[in-house]
Amino acid sequence: MAPDNKPKPAAGEEPWPLWEVFTQGDQGKPFEHAGSLHATDAEHALQNARDVYARRGEAVNLWVVPSAAITASAPGDAGPFFDPGNEKAYRHPQFYKVPRGVRVF
Amino acid sequence: MSEPTSAPNARPDAGDAGDVEDGEAGGIAAGDATTRERSVAGVRRKPEQDPLFEYLLRLGDDRLVLGHRLSEWCGHGPILEEDIATANVALDLVGQAAQLLKLAGVVEGKDRDEDALAYFREGVEYRNCLMVEQPNGDFGYTMLRQFLFDAHSLLLWEVLATGQHPALAAIAAKAIKETRYHVRHSSEWVIRLGDGTGESHARVARSLLELWRFTDELFERDAVDDAVAKLGVVVDTAGLRSRWDTMVEDVLTRATLAVPTGIAMQSGGRRGRHTEHLGHLLATMQIVARSHPGARW
Amino acid sequence: MATPAKTPPPAPPADDPALVAAFEARIAAGESIEPKDWMPARYRKQLTRMMAQHAHSEIVGMLPEGNWITRAPTLRRKMSLIAKVQDEAGHGLYIYCGTETLGVERDELVEQLHDGRAKYSSIFNYPTLSWADMGVIGWFVDGAAIVNQTVLAKASYGPYARAMVRICKEENFHKRQGYEICATLAKGTPAQRAMLQDAIDRFWWPSLMMFGPSDKDSPNSAELLRWRVKRKTNDELRQRFVNLTVPQAQAIGVTLPDPDLRFNEETKNWEFGEIDWAEFREVISGNGPCNRERLAARNAAHAEGAWVREAALAHAAKRHRTTEAA
Repeated sequence: MAPDNKPKPAAGEEPWPLWEVFTQGDQGKPFEHAGSLHATDAEHALQNARDVYARRGEAVNLWVVPSAAITASAPGDAGPFFDPGNEKAYRHPQFYKVPRGVRVF
Repeated sequence: MSEPTSAPNARPDAGDAGDVEDGEAGGIAAGDATTRERSVAGVRRKPEQDPLFEYLLRLGDDRLVLGHRLSEWCGHGPILEEDIATANVALDLVGQAAQLLKLAGVVEGKDRDEDALAYFREGVEYRNCLMVEQPNGDFGYTMLRQFLFDAHSLLLWEVLATGQHPALAAIAAKAIKETRYHVRHSSEWVIRLGDGTGESHARVARSLLELWRFTDELFERDAVDDAVAKLGVVVDTAGLRSRWDTMVEDVLTRATLAVPTGIAMQSGGRRGRHTEHLGHLLATMQIVARSHPGARW
Repeated sequence: MATPAKTPPPAPPADDPALVAAFEARIAAGESIEPKDWMPARYRKQLTRMMAQHAHSEIVGMLPEGNWITRAPTLRRKMSLIAKVQDEAGHGLYIYCGTETLGVERDELVEQLHDGRAKYSSIFNYPTLSWADMGVIGWFVDGAAIVNQTVLAKASYGPYARAMVRICKEENFHKRQGYEICATLAKGTPAQRAMLQDAIDRFWWPSLMMFGPSDKDSPNSAELLRWRVKRKTNDELRQRFVNLTVPQAQAIGVTLPDPDLRFNEETKNWEFGEIDWAEFREVISGNGPCNRERLAARNAAHAEGAWVREAALAHAAKRHRTTEAA
């Protein structure tokens, strides 16, 4: 976790930790980031996530992750991280030819 | 509602006009002794005519009044996340109440829908237990009451879901899912606050002593309960109390709280004998509807 | 409160012009800016200010409507209203989370709201005096919010735009429930119709003020537009709202309290009279009819909840220690 040098609230009150919420919209579908919320522990975060992000039946499953536990790629990494992936055409099926006459492959 | 509204007319001599009014100066020395006795002697309350109607009112009123109380928190909770959670529980409870009162209206067969029953009955005609009408107190009091009620509610729904009244069993089946979540939410709060800080522990411990006097009423049985049991609407309530005791004791223990003992119990809500708080709650709740009789909203 | 005790944030270093140029090129190309992307300090500041104001408005906005939850005249209306006020808490929460991606904690913003430093929508400083206000607020205030937010859903900052997409979906329910209440009252008894007209008369002008000062008097507009934090001017949005609302008023047979309201065949706009900007300035500077009550209610909720929040943290810490020890 990054060093905590943010100004604390004046009242001296420690805020509840922040959690990221991921929802699965339907069975078999991928989990997607829905947003975040504050909660004191994982069970609490799960309950809050249910009320905040799934009260209209938007989810059949939930994940909650402490925001501090997420490591993200930096924008500066965009080039070295992702560009090389764009150039490797041989990873895609269209790169390969299928002999004429084979209709269903 | 047949009981309290019909009571004044139930005098055996109701058609015998004049014998009360004739006692000009408040009945002092007016008329002969027989007339005096006949005019002052009312009837004992009779067992409810339609126990199923009465029973549905009890279930519905509990949830309406508690849902109303919870909704008072909306916008005033300790943290935003909790405003949302509490509102969800309030919505479930009012929703359950609407279904139950609607069904009660159908059972009664006097063309009263859920709104007629909610907005146009007097406090003495309400059948909720006393616990739910108490003012909210602090957040700990509200959560503790919610837990005591939710635990009972969940166990009761489980019983009602197996009953032989299809419409009520269907309401129960849906309500079980909602109430499971309510128990989870309220019990977690009781544990958090009981086993939180010194202040939170002291506050919830005080609330527990305050609330405990209303707990026996949840399990009271009278002729209405016996009658609906005979109808097969409610089966097997025998183990309810002990299951509730176990559940509550478990959560209270985890909350480092002790089950209170030696507290004198209060009841009366099921017969319309409420605390004074209900009248104020209803005055607020019913003001708009009653100010415009016959209006649609 | 302890405002002076707080160390002022260090003055932002002057932004590198090359980075600013690249940033503005991205915006011009319609790209979305994400939390960790480089952004000019002013962009971050303006965005935080605008998102915070928006979040505060949702939270304070719970109060005038929450005021009628206990008096809703039917169970269905009671449930709709609880659900609506609950959504407002949700919207505030989503947007506060958006500011947290910019490194500004919710507590810090909430504190600014509570001690009166932060602004929120002027409309919520008007009292709700009758049940009809629940209809009119849904119709006008949520209607105005939709006009605003539909545009904000295309804003350049990704987390804000995404929160807005979610919020817009939910606001549609709000507006509809409000308009339905109004339409029902309009067909109701004479007393109900009078109640509705009175609420409309009280909320019409404050609703127009919600879009903020005219662009010629709006200090932040130009920059916000260039950076696509905003996408349309205050006046454009206000006109769009009026154009949408007038036919809706006609449809239910109510009047809007403006003798100058007339349709311009050429521009196809409903032209309206002069807004009382003096009233607007009074309200946003804290002298509206309910400013004190609103802040007092928020402060009370926060203060009375302190022991609860503290206990929950303490309990989580205990539980954590127990699991560690096990």
